[in-house]
Amino acid sequence: MIESANFAADLAAIWLTVKLAAVTTLLLLLIGTPIAWWLARTRSAWKGPVGAVVALPIVLPPTVLGFYLLLLMGPEGVVGKLTTAAGMGLLPFSFSGLVVASVIYSMPFVVQPLQNAFEAIGDGPLEAAATLRASPLDAFFSVALPLAKPGFLTATILGFAHTVGEFGVVLMIGGNIPDKTRVVSVLIYDHVEAMEYGRAHWLAGGMVAFSFVVLLALYWLNPTGRRRT
Amino acid sequence: MLRLFGLLRTRIVRPLLLALLCVTALARADEVQVAVAANFAAPAKQIAQDFERASGHKAVLSLGGTGKFYAQIRNGAPFEVLLAADDETPQRLEAEGAAVAGSRYTYAIGRLVLWSARAGYVDAQGEVLRRGGFRHLALANPRVAPYGQAAMETLTALGLTDPLQAKLVQAENIAQAWQFVASGNAELGFVALSQVAKDGRIAEGSAWIVPARLHAPLRQDAVLLARGKGKPAAEAWLRHLRSDAARATIRAYGYEF
Amino acid sequence: MSIAARFRVDYAGFALDVDLDLPGSGVTALFGRSGCGKTTLLRCMAGLERGAGRLAVNGETWQDAGTFVPTHRRPLGYVFQDARLFAHLDVARNLDFGARRSGSAGAVRRDAVVELLGLGPLLDRLPARLSGGEQQRVAIARALLAGPRLLLMDEPLASLDHARKQEFLPWLERVRDELEIPVIYVSHAPDEVARLADHLVVMDAGRVVAQGPLAETLARVDLPIKLGEDAGAVFAATVAERDAEWHLARVEFPGGELWVRDNGTPVGRVVRVRILARDVSIANSRHEDSSILNVLPATVLAHAAEDHPSQVLVQLRVGENLLLGRLTRRSAQRLDLAPGREVWVQIKAVALVG
Repeated sequence: MIESANFAADLAAIWLTVKLAAVTTLLLLLIGTPIAWWLARTRSAWKGPVGAVVALPIVLPPTVLGFYLLLLMGPEGVVGKLTTAAGMGLLPFSFSGLVVASVIYSMPFVVQPLQNAFEAIGDGPLEAAATLRASPLDAFFSVALPLAKPGFLTATILGFAHTVGEFGVVLMIGGNIPDKTRVVSVLIYDHVEAMEYGRAHWLAGGMVAFSFVVLLALYWLNPTGRRRT
Repeated sequence: MLRLFGLLRTRIVRPLLLALLCVTALARADEVQVAVAANFAAPAKQIAQDFERASGHKAVLSLGGTGKFYAQIRNGAPFEVLLAADDETPQRLEAEGAAVAGSRYTYAIGRLVLWSARAGYVDAQGEVLRRGGFRHLALANPRVAPYGQAAMETLTALGLTDPLQAKLVQAENIAQAWQFVASGNAELGFVALSQVAKDGRIAEGSAWIVPARLHAPLRQDAVLLARGKGKPAAEAWLRHLRSDAARATIRAYGYEF
Repeated sequence: MSIAARFRVDYAGFALDVDLDLPGSGVTALFGRSGCGKTTLLRCMAGLERGAGRLAVNGETWQDAGTFVPTHRRPLGYVFQDARLFAHLDVARNLDFGARRSGSAGAVRRDAVVELLGLGPLLDRLPARLSGGEQQRVAIARALLAGPRLLLMDEPLASLDHARKQEFLPWLERVRDELEIPVIYVSHAPDEVARLADHLVVMDAGRVVAQGPLAETLARVDLPIKLGEDAGAVFAATVAERDAEWHLARVEFPGGELWVRDNGTPVGRVVRVRILARDVSIANSRHEDSSILNVLPATVLAHAAEDHPSQVLVQLRVGENLLLGRLTRRSAQRLDLAPGREVWVQIKAVALVG
């Protein structure tokens, strides 16, 4: 049986994971929306390069990302020098550091659904809004955002789920500190390493169930063959 | 995005699988697959070169955490020899029949060191631990890594567990603990002497070699795994590891016997 | 009161170059084949496309060298081919979208427009639950409620089938007749133009090839675009008499009269009459022994070759109106239809188009 102290540690990791995913998703919606909007609407030559940079975390091993973040955010890194100068100290081994890393790591999973949603809206409704006296900003909030609602739902779910599933990056820059950086995926790894398979199972099984529910929700939200505009 | 995933699946995964199949097919008969604890990486590589020269066999090294190796070996990983970071895991494998009984021996006793990448940061007596003034003290996860456990024992022996608790950052293994310190993200940390010693002395930064009395000995055992039974290359590797030449190399990295 | 529009646009494979002075009231049709640049011109006027040039609407400059009023600051209404209602808003909220943003500038009252376009029963529906025709009616109402001083319509009937189109046209006529907003109406359908327009601009390959009042322009024999089966004349007439026995109505125009099918239009009402060139035949003397009801004296003004070498298009004056007739070149020669010749026209069919 699971001892109560262990159980409390597992619960703390779950709570931390949920908190990290929620904060990350919220930030990503704020940062990702303008990026997705720009990517969906621009005819700039920078569209390709920027889109590629945003998509990098899809193909990069998280360890690569974690490794560079560790160096960049460290005392010798550019980001590290900036955060130190700003009085924030260094980001690795802190919850803020994990948030920054997660935002980068989960960026494509929020930006791409939003970009797709904005692209699906097309010029039509926005031109119509302009002919009805709506300024571009007004049209964005009163027309584009509501029409992109399914995209926002998808982006929120994917961003949250992907952050929950984050492992390699946290491993590289987290430091496994209870209540600060010890998230579920790392804890599962520890349980396995420590050969405590019982504790690993209930967390790992929970992750499987969670991921299944998330993907099921996505299927319900975006049934194939139906396009929302 | 789904498009991208599809692309990944067809363009990347398939060729990778193919490549893997080819590599497996090409594996030579006189190779030995060795799982090596992360702290022993540097000497193991050097010994493997000597071994190849001396015996004509080839040692294929996999580096990683001992706990993970255990799980992999129990689930059919193709390792023939394990150089563990502890003595418990080889014992356990032997008891469970996954290792050849009687093949186990201690190939090295590790030394723990408190290390900083900055010169002069760690004094020769380790007083820096009491002085404080640092934000992060790195160590390997004591639950899973013997060196992490030895580090915790050391802190306990010094009576510093409580005051330093908030500053501890845990790496998944001793290699990552070194990385935390080497990158400067942790000012100092407990690592293996083998990671920072070269030719018998500290190569870089500053260090305090933790006296052996402060923690249980870091006995590292090697064992012949079930898959390596009767394989000449595997047996040759275990013999070579005890040779004088190999022992000289091991000692040069700060291990004892 | 006029609309001055001068635009140059150069895209790969397409160039628009127009300089127009259009009436500041009534319906001006921009007519031409698909791809002739009429929609691009309309989008330039709305500021949706940024062409080089100048646009002044009834004394207000919307675009000039150094001036470009963005679309959302132009007091215009735009009806797109594909309605473009906001899918997330019900009809009422779609209608209020522009109205709210134009403030009190909109002189058009909402309930009047709802009444005019018959939208009362639709107000709480979402666009997805409207038919194509209903969507276009909402789109027009939405544009009107933004208080436009210029209404731009881009083939609003193009996406409708024939039945919907017939159902929809009367609504459009009501808008034209009851609101005093100048309308620029893009179309490639001669029957829509004949029915709705007061002024006609004919475009081809990015240029204006003919323009003028509708009746005069449509009755030209030298129009650079051949209308073929759709060639015909349009003029105004007044209903003078309704014959209950034969279900016919007599309409009068300066210098003549016609009997047409009685469609219930009351006596005294001004109607628009369309006579297709293919329904007009010409004789040198008056025949009383044919089935044709409308036989009128006319003067030959001009003629021109048609696309097919066997055909000619003849322009005639009947009373004070112009008429087009199409006949074979052989008949034209046999009848010796030189300009100035007095003839009789026999009109096989007359349509009241509004």
